[in-house]
This record gives sequence, C-alpha cells and structure tokens, in this order.
Amino acid sequence: MKIARSGALVAIALAGALALSSCAANETTPPLGSSASPLTGTLNGIGSSAQANAQTAWAAGFQTANSAVTVNYDSQGSGAGRKAFIAGSADFAGSDAALSSDELAGKFVGCAADSKAIDLPIYISPIGVVYNVPGVTDLKLDAPTIAGIFKGTITKWDDPAIAAQNAGTTLPSATIVVVHRSDDSGTTENFTDYLATVAPDAWGVPTSQTWPFKVGDAAKGNQGVVSAVTSAQNSIGYADQSAAGSLSIAQLKVGGTYEAITTEGAAAVVGASPLATGRPANDLAITIDRKSAVAGGWPIALVSYMIVCQTYADAARATLVKAYATYVASAEGQAAGAAQAKSAPISSELAAKVVASIATIK
Amino acid sequence: MSTDKIGIIRTKVRAGDRVFSTSTLLAGSVILVVLAAVAIFLFVQSMPALVAPPGTLPHGAPSFWSYVFPFVFGTVWAAAIALLFAIPISIGVALFISHYAPRRIAQLLGYIVDLLAAVPSVVFGLWGIGVLAPTLQPLYKWLNLNLGWIPFFGGQVSGTGRTILTVGIVLAVMVLPIMTAVCREIFLQTPRLYEEAALALGATRWEMIRIAVLPFARPGIISAAMLGLGRALGETLAVAMVLSPAAVVTFFLLTSRNPNTIAGNIALQFPEASGIGVNTLIASGLVLFVITFIVNAIARFAVNRRKEFSGAN
Amino acid sequence: MTATVTSALPNSLTAGKLPRGTAWIVLASSWLLIGIVFWLVNLADGSNEFNLVGTVFFGTVLFDIAIYVLSWLVEGSRRAKDRLVTALIATTFVVAVLPLVSLIDTVVINGLPGILKPSFFTESMRNVLGPGGGALHAVIGTLEITMAATIISVPIGLLTSIYLVEYGTGALARTITFMVDVMTGIPSIVAGLFAYALFVLVTGDPGYRSGFGGSVALSVIMIPVVVRSSEEILKLVPNELREASFALGVPKWLTILKVVLPTAIAGITTGVTLAIARVIGETAPLLLITGFTSSVNYNLFGDQMMTLPMFIYTQYANQGPAAADFLNRAWASALTLILIVMVLNLIARLVAKYFSPKSGR
Repeated sequence: MKIARSGALVAIALAGALALSSCAANETTPPLGSSASPLTGTLNGIGSSAQANAQTAWAAGFQTANSAVTVNYDSQGSGAGRKAFIAGSADFAGSDAALSSDELAGKFVGCAADSKAIDLPIYISPIGVVYNVPGVTDLKLDAPTIAGIFKGTITKWDDPAIAAQNAGTTLPSATIVVVHRSDDSGTTENFTDYLATVAPDAWGVPTSQTWPFKVGDAAKGNQGVVSAVTSAQNSIGYADQSAAGSLSIAQLKVGGTYEAITTEGAAAVVGASPLATGRPANDLAITIDRKSAVAGGWPIALVSYMIVCQTYADAARATLVKAYATYVASAEGQAAGAAQAKSAPISSELAAKVVASIATIK
Repeated sequence: MSTDKIGIIRTKVRAGDRVFSTSTLLAGSVILVVLAAVAIFLFVQSMPALVAPPGTLPHGAPSFWSYVFPFVFGTVWAAAIALLFAIPISIGVALFISHYAPRRIAQLLGYIVDLLAAVPSVVFGLWGIGVLAPTLQPLYKWLNLNLGWIPFFGGQVSGTGRTILTVGIVLAVMVLPIMTAVCREIFLQTPRLYEEAALALGATRWEMIRIAVLPFARPGIISAAMLGLGRALGETLAVAMVLSPAAVVTFFLLTSRNPNTIAGNIALQFPEASGIGVNTLIASGLVLFVITFIVNAIARFAVNRRKEFSGAN
Repeated sequence: MTATVTSALPNSLTAGKLPRGTAWIVLASSWLLIGIVFWLVNLADGSNEFNLVGTVFFGTVLFDIAIYVLSWLVEGSRRAKDRLVTALIATTFVVAVLPLVSLIDTVVINGLPGILKPSFFTESMRNVLGPGGGALHAVIGTLEITMAATIISVPIGLLTSIYLVEYGTGALARTITFMVDVMTGIPSIVAGLFAYALFVLVTGDPGYRSGFGGSVALSVIMIPVVVRSSEEILKLVPNELREASFALGVPKWLTILKVVLPTAIAGITTGVTLAIARVIGETAPLLLITGFTSSVNYNLFGDQMMTLPMFIYTQYANQGPAAADFLNRAWASALTLILIVMVLNLIARLVAKYFSPKSGR
C-alpha cells in the first residue's frame, strides 16, 4: 500500500514535471560562447528588507547584462544579513546599519584571512509619518509634537500642540491610535534617532532598534504598519515612504518651514552628512545629520549599506561582487533601483566615493 | 504451522517477520535519534542565554526567565483560546459529517475541510489583518462598552481589532481542519454493531452517540486536540502578522497590548537579533518544547486511563 | 412499545411527534425574526449596512432554543435533547463554515485573475520588475521539496506507528510515543535552524543551501503528524480481524500488510494528506535552508529553491511600484497551493477507495 501510494505521488510528480519541464519562458539560455559577458555564477546576498525592491531591480538589470549570472537577494533582515555575511554564508549583506566595531573586530569567514569588510551606502529612503484621519490630508507636525504623540503624552487629535500647527484644519476630538513596529528594525532605529536627536527633551530616550515605549498598537514590517493604519480610523504610524500606499504623510517642520516628503530631500540630507569617524579605509558609513538645514531636506532618512569584503578568499567571488556593486553604484543602477523602490538615488558625489571604494575590492 | 514435538508448539521465526519488525523498530529509533539531535542542538545553543549575567539580555531583562515568562503566558493563553473554540466546533463538525449529514454531502464536506488544512499560514495572516480584525473591531468595541465589567473584556479597547482574541480565532480556524479530519476518521471507525445495538434499545441518535460513539472515540479526540494544540502553540507567521504584541501578562482580550507568543516573538525578533539575542530566542524555543511536552504528557495520561476502549490492546 | 403506548390520541404512530419539516419552518422563522430585529436596530442607528453574519448567527442560536422548547412541550425531554443536539451540531457547522467560506472567498476572488494568466505557470520571476512573470520556480520548488519530505516522512512515520501499535511494548515503545509527542511541539523555525546547522556541519560549507535541506526540516515537522494520526487509526482496527488472520496461520507481518493496513488505509491516507497539507504551507523552516531565488532551479540537491509560501510572503512584503501586480501574484500563488493540495487529496481518496475493503459504510 505504501509503495502504491508513493507510486501515485511519483506519478503526479512526473505528470507535473512533464507539464512544467520546459524551461521558464522568460529564462532564455544564451547559446554557449555567444554571451556578451564573461561572468558566470551565482551571487547570494542576504539582508535588509528595506533594500529588497531595489535589489530586485538591480538583480534584474545585472542579470540582463550578464545572462549567465544569477543574483539572489534574500530579504531576511539586516541583522540576519550581517550574521550570514560574517559566517560566510552570504557573498554580500544588505544592512540598514553599518557594521559595529564589535563585528569589525571579529573574523569574516568569507573574506581573506587578514581582510575586513567595508560598508557601501547604496540605498536612501525617506521615512514618513503616515496617518488616517477622516477629512484631514495636510497635517503639519514638528519633531516635539511627533515625539509627544508616539510617546503617548499627546493622546487626542485636537490637542493644542497639534491644533496650533494646523490652523484652518478641523481635527476630530478622537483618541490617537498609535501604530509602531512590533519587530526590531532599521526603520525604527532611524525614526527614533531623528526624535532623540532633534527633540531630545520631548523624546527622552536614546536611539533603539526596538520600539522603546509601551503605547499603542504594534505591527510587523512596513506593510503591517500601513495595513493597520489603513484599517483603523484616527490612527498614526511611521513607515518607509515607498510602503505608504494611499495613506497621507504628515509635513515635517525642518528649520523654520514645513516640508513635504520627497526622495530628493532625503538624498540631499544624506549627501550633506559627514562620514562616520574611526572607520577602516574605504568604509563609507555615514552619520546622518538629523538637524540638517539643507533647503527642502527630509532628515528622517534611512541609509542602507551593501557590506562586502575588502579582499575575498575566493577571487572569482570578488570579480562577481565587484561587477555587481559597480552596476549598483552606477547612475543606471541607481535610477533602476529608485524607480522600483520609490527611493532616492545617491548623490553623484557620494556615488563617486562609493565607486572609488569598490575599485579597491579584491 | 510446524510443530516440533508433541506438547510443544513453537512459532517458526519467519524471515519476513524478522525483517518487518526490525524495520519498524529502526524507523522508531530514527525518531529518537532525530529528536535527540534537535534537543542537543537546542540545548547547546541555549546555554549562553541561560547562564547570561544580568544586563546582557535583550530588553534589559534581569534574567532569562523573567524575559521569557510573558511569552510563555501568551503562548498558553492564545492556544487555550484557540482550543476553546476549536474543540467543540471540530467535534460538532466531525459528528455532522460522520453521523448527521447525508452520505454524499458528507463526503464532499469532508473533502472541503481537508483542503483547508492546506491554506498557508501567510494567507491566514493576510486574512486576519485584512478581513477578520476589521470585522471584529466593532464587536470588540460593543463588548468593551457593555460587558466591560467582565474582567476579560476590560481595558482600553483596540482601535485596529488586532488583539489576542482575534489571534485565538485565527488559530482556531487554522487548527480546525486537522482536528475535524482526525475526529471524523475516528467517529467513522466506531463499530457498527455498537451503534445498532444502541439504536435497537430505543436510544435517540444523540443517546446513541453519547453511549457508543463518544466513549469509543475519546482517546482519538484527545489525540486530535493535541495535534491541533501542537500547531496552535508553534504557529509563527500568522501570529506575528496579526497580533499587536507587547511583553505583558494580561487577561484582557480586547486591548492593543497583548502578550506575545514564543513562536511569534521568535519570528519578529530573529531577523535583527545578534549575539546573545539569538541564543535567547533559541532558548525560548527550548521552553516552547518543554511546554508542549508537559501538555502532551497530561494528554497521554488521560488517554492511557481509557486504554480499555482501544481495539488493539 | 406495544403495551406501554397509552396515549388516547387518534393516530398513535404520529402522536407525540412534531410534524415533518417543523425544524425547517422554525429555522426560517428564527432567521426572519432576528433579521427584522437587526433591521429595526439599523433604522434606529441610521446605519444602512445590513448585518448578514449576525443575522445568520443569532437566528441559528434562537432556533436552537426554540426547537428545544417546542420539542420538549410536544415530544418530551429525551426527544427534545436529541433535537437540541442535532440543532447544536448543525450550528457548530455553520459557525465553522462562516470563517472558512470567508477565507476561501478571499483567496479565490483575489487569486483567480492571476492564475488565469497563461504566464503564471510558464514563467519565473527572473528579471521581472512589474506586471507579468509567474510562479513556475516556486511551484517546482514546492512540489520537489514537499515530495522529498513525504518520501522521507511517510515510511518512517508509518513504520513507527506500526511498531508502536503492533510490536512495541515496554520502555522503548513508551519512550518513542513520548518523543513523538515532544516532536509535535518543535517550533517550525527551530526545525529550520536545526536542518541548517546539520547540513553546515555535514558539508562544512557555511553558505550551504538546497531544497533537500528544506525537505529534511519539513520532515522533522511532518513525521510526528504521520505517526500520531496513523497510530490512532491502527489502534482502531478491531483485534478480531488480527486474531482471525493469525488463526488462519498467516504470519504477523503479512497480517499487518494484508489485513490491518487495508482496513486502516482510508484513515492513513487522510493522515498523510493532512501531514502534507500541514507542511506544504510552511515558510519559517525554509527561510534559512532553501534561501530565496527568482530563477527556476530543478536541482533539489544544490542551490537556492523558491517555494510558494515564501513567494507569497515576499510578494506581499516587498511590493514594487505597482502594488497590484505583486498582490495578484501573492493571491494567485495561495490559490495554486490550495489547488495542489486538492489534487493530492483527490488522489489519496482514490487510493483509499481502491485499496480499502468494502464495508457497511
């Protein structure tokens, strides 16, 4: 009976395999030797889910140019990406945070014995405060008010602190439903970093990956926050701009004026920010200047890095990674990524630095 | 069939018998080996968290046990809510299919229920946040307003409906197919003679089920509940997507701040965890392991006491 | 029933019984009554959305009470209890069907347009950024990985349950039963971590990824389900059958193979299909060990493989510029997964029907 049953299963398998056996219609195998590119092989990246959409576009662009290469980017999360990269199970990592000094002090299994890894900023995305209040579409907020709302000290939509900034808008006398992330994330880290730097008195706690206050609803991932805010009235949350969908995003007081969210604004702030100090050569970790007064800037920005070895243990790996990173940092790659992820291309000055760093990968 | 000498009947040891019994024994031993391997793996990976000095654990927890306690509570609480819904409903549905519905319809229904076991947990998650939570939210508001004096319904009602009660219902729907299917198979195995004897004595259909079917099926029902419980305790993605969690211990069913489950917490924190955080999460997996074991041991005890009903004892 | 009937009513056969069809009339009027109540409440509130779910639910509850009272008055307490239980069981059925129908409805409505596109089963997601593309790579991955998991788990699980029921006695059998129970509690993500650690240890490659590793992780989850369900079914095979077979001089292994298993085959196949259904939708254990890819990979033993649940999750979590295309593919994949299990189920039922002995049912 057992044999008969597994026989039946094998039969379905065969039938299924027959039906599906022709190669995928969109995967054309180039005739041997005719490929324009000499590169072959598989490149595996693991990391930040913020980068996932941009990586999809980069992989597609790179695979189109080099048809014998397959790029797999697995968006398990920044921490998972760094762990996997350090353990040598990924060829590169995508991470919303640069490698910590502890991580840099350790050993990188995939890299050459005496070599360390470097951080390359390749992805910038603005984070917005999304809200769902019936009849309100042009909410204006400053950092202390945002801190108050997300900390739980401002609990009503018609609170004087909010009303004072939104003269002419009728705000309901409803309780604010705050939605924050339930998982640890780079988005939370950048959002809390902004509040802790710009409104330290109102916020009162340091930057953290984990949501620091016991307030409101929690939801998994940017999509989870956006669905929760969409389904509940009088709610507010924070999410990457690309995930916001049809939700309105509050205008933010930067310097003396209220700015609307733009990807260019985020890129401008990051472009004007200094590199982190005390990093190894060729490492381009950035300390975002949250108090930046760049015109039209959007300081709640997230920078995501591609983490690669300075010298790979395997030379073929190095060639592939180098070619891929070069494509990603190119104007063409940045434009493709930005279009797919609704993110900001890195500024040309920063791109030049990244290209110079990539050139040193061995 | 062979007898050696008069007076002594010795069973001949057949090659087939030996091969067959050895292979079944081997299969059983494979399970022991796999489980031992998993246990060793879990234990080795958990050690750093179990002996960690205070202050190094995530969320500044003073010790591993105070870190894990709210999740243990949440796991048991969510699974209990799920089974509270799922056990009576699955028995009812299984009885409906096995003893009430006309045969043709019953087969179709059984088939549909089996199919539902295949719906992936991601889809349950999407359905939970997109359909179920918004549908239930007005009901929660009403319960909180009118029945808030019952401890379970108190607190500040959730604005999104993504509460532990919603998770309990999602879990109940998830485990329903597997429990129903097992119960149904067991009910169908009730000896026809018992049923006919009961009916012949003038029993109504319910009396027949009560005196013939249910006692016969009790160990099976407990087994089914355990299978369901196993899934409810360990469910990861649906809980992570639907629940609005916080590390709290509360019996309130309708608030935004719900106790998270162990599996849900692992799913949420694992991607960004590093260093001792990973060990802590794996150690919480070990705790889940132990919880399931305790629950199963209790169930085994209950089943063994009724062993006389088994056909093969 | 002869001398005890002392009723003086004209027709003794229908005496003390509710007329046929009473239940249906009571049910319809309960629904109607509750419907009217809800309608009135709506009028009072000024909201215009009719609460159909509430009507069906509370109407059915009212019916349960009404039929009990009615039957108790006319037919006496025993019959009344019988009717109440019948009504309650029908109610549980309605309660169970409501969310399930809602779920299936959501999946079918959202998934059908995607699945009807011809490219869905002929294309992978390689180099696809917006519309188009398909789930071929994920379908292949899911079929191969689940198949391998089944081939590993069913023999081990079934043989173990045979051991437990037919051979096992004493400490070893108790230990195995106990361990199987513990195994049902392994969180799925731990199964994945374990498989990953195992393969890295065996191959010495920290970047090890393959579909087969995923199969091993799924087997860890699947084996206890197979053991547990087949054990229950095998236990229910009457001892009389075994004894009859032994009495005819049939060896034990043949008795098990030819008598016990065929008797239990329907239950066992149900158990196996349930076990497959249980693991085919798993995501967590596959995250680490099978990885992620947009390209087709036929090789179970090397490189990343995509599976349908992973595909659903990534399409949902990483929506590109035109979110609708991504959600379409996610729902279509969910529907595909259900269809695959439906086909498996159908085949299992045919197998069961073909092999199981004819019985009274």
